[in-house]
Amino acid sequence: MEQTAARVGSKVHETRFDRVFNVVIYVLLALMLIVVIYPLYFVVLASVSDPQYVNSGTPLLYPRGFTMMGYSRVFADNRIWIGYANTLLYAGAGTLLAVAVQVMAGYALSRSDLPGRNIFMALFVFTMYFGGGLIPFYLVVKSLNLVNSRLLMIMLGCSSVYNIIIIRSFFVSTLPKELQEAAFIDGCTNQRYFFSIVLPLSKAIIAVIALYALVAQWNSYFNAMIFLTDRSKYPLQLYLREILLTAKTYADTSMVGGDPEAAAKMEQMVEVIKYGVIVVSTLPVIAVYPFLQKYFVQGVMIGAVKG
Amino acid sequence: MEKASLGRLPSETRKARRHTVLKQMKANYFLYLFLLPATAYLLIFSYGPMYGIQIAFKDFYAYLGIEGSPWVGWKHFENFFRSPRFSILLQNTLTLSFYSLLAGFPLPIILALLLNYTPKQGLKKFAQTASYAPHFISTVVLVGMLNVFFSPRSGFINTMLGWIGIDPIFFLGDPKWFKHMYVWSGVWQSTGWGSIIYLAALAGVSPELHEAAIIDGANKLQRIWNIDIPTIMPTMVILLVMNFGSIMNVGYEKVFLMQNDLNMSASEIISTYTYKIGLQGAQYSYSTAIGLFNNVVNFVMLVVVNRVARSLSGSSLW
Repeated sequence: MEQTAARVGSKVHETRFDRVFNVVIYVLLALMLIVVIYPLYFVVLASVSDPQYVNSGTPLLYPRGFTMMGYSRVFADNRIWIGYANTLLYAGAGTLLAVAVQVMAGYALSRSDLPGRNIFMALFVFTMYFGGGLIPFYLVVKSLNLVNSRLLMIMLGCSSVYNIIIIRSFFVSTLPKELQEAAFIDGCTNQRYFFSIVLPLSKAIIAVIALYALVAQWNSYFNAMIFLTDRSKYPLQLYLREILLTAKTYADTSMVGGDPEAAAKMEQMVEVIKYGVIVVSTLPVIAVYPFLQKYFVQGVMIGAVKG
Repeated sequence: MEKASLGRLPSETRKARRHTVLKQMKANYFLYLFLLPATAYLLIFSYGPMYGIQIAFKDFYAYLGIEGSPWVGWKHFENFFRSPRFSILLQNTLTLSFYSLLAGFPLPIILALLLNYTPKQGLKKFAQTASYAPHFISTVVLVGMLNVFFSPRSGFINTMLGWIGIDPIFFLGDPKWFKHMYVWSGVWQSTGWGSIIYLAALAGVSPELHEAAIIDGANKLQRIWNIDIPTIMPTMVILLVMNFGSIMNVGYEKVFLMQNDLNMSASEIISTYTYKIGLQGAQYSYSTAIGLFNNVVNFVMLVVVNRVARSLSGSSLW
């Protein structure tokens, strides 16, 4: 793959047209990078800049009037801590559950000697394309007494059919049939084969699935909004929504205790705090993905093989 | 097994085969246990709601339950189709989805080609990694960023527009701007990630083809058009089919967050409406009917487009 790429772009046979073409590529690429990176860069700058510049909408190239005031307000806000704790719980437990459920199902479906696997497959895939809709879903959750429960937040999405198909494709293409036959001739049972041969060979796919589940959990808000009524159970995204998107000002929160001067000062900080909140909530994911990129990309590629 | 049954009566063959299947099922009981959690989850949380679809044809009362509520036939559907909201909701939904498709489908392909023809490997890697970043930002944060960047008072976009003499525009409060905000923020978020699949397909292009083309004097644009595009065509077709199959599934989680009183005439779509009248307004049956309409249209679209794609190009989802 590396070699191909090098040859495709090789300089040896370049015509004049191709040199112009290269310039066009550099220009477009630069444009793309500015559009992608600048907004993210701006968020970081604005979160440490003087409210005066941030409130007037000054485009920044470097921090103006460096201050950590925004962050001290963000970390003083209890909602961030509660949200973080809940999200860590839902994302952590949810990811463990999702990996277990999906790897088991994906492996079973990859076995060509399993009678009825096509029936299961059809049953699974159909749910990707058709569903009952929001209200019937809500009624099911309600009838199970799972409204406002942490268990529901952990459980939802633990059986992503898309991921199961990725896992199945992975096993079909990486585990040769001969391996299984040889093991079984030697008297190995299904249990033993899975735990001592299959599982050690599937670290890559487990990493892929765990990362997908983790990011999905970290970023989701809609189910929490529908099903959670206790504020103490809110995940981070719901509190973010409150801070970033609802027009509620600090003047009417109890944080400043009704002191108008303090409220006005708080009001000034609102924009800077918003940027700080974005950084605090998003940084963990953005900082980590470049190092795990190969797993994410691998997942997309295995998914594509299915066709 | 096949050989042993040769020459026997057909009924015995069938018996023998059934015997093998049973033996295989027994030997693999462990694998059925493996399927149990996922199957149970889907039966409860995916097929369970499908059973509840019947309330679309009933007047649902909580104290009567799903089975006990009286049947009313197509009443809720008729009400929906007759209501003045119907055409607005449908129009808003289709506008957002077709516009997204039109803008969002070609760009990942263009980006993948761009990256594929970037002469410097280091630059290519960096650009790739950077382009994935927006994918990892949550919907809430994305909409929050739109709100602060495009604010008429404190957003830097309007400040920059001011430099070239354009008065501040209230992008998020203006129904005219809603679709552009929705679609282009989506493009920003998903183009890089969407290009991965095409990059993988491009890596599969045989280098001999390029070498032969270079010897024949083809320039890069001609090579893209005559080698790369035909190679990634099956991938393009499949992704197009999948996109059409979800044509009514506009990203309602994002639309919902972008909605405000001012832009509602352009931003209310079928799925956000089902949420509002269903969970906030407690009109369970009416909301279910609207949701069902949405899902059926979606499903039919998928089947039709899949068939068309198969007969036109030979690649399809199933």
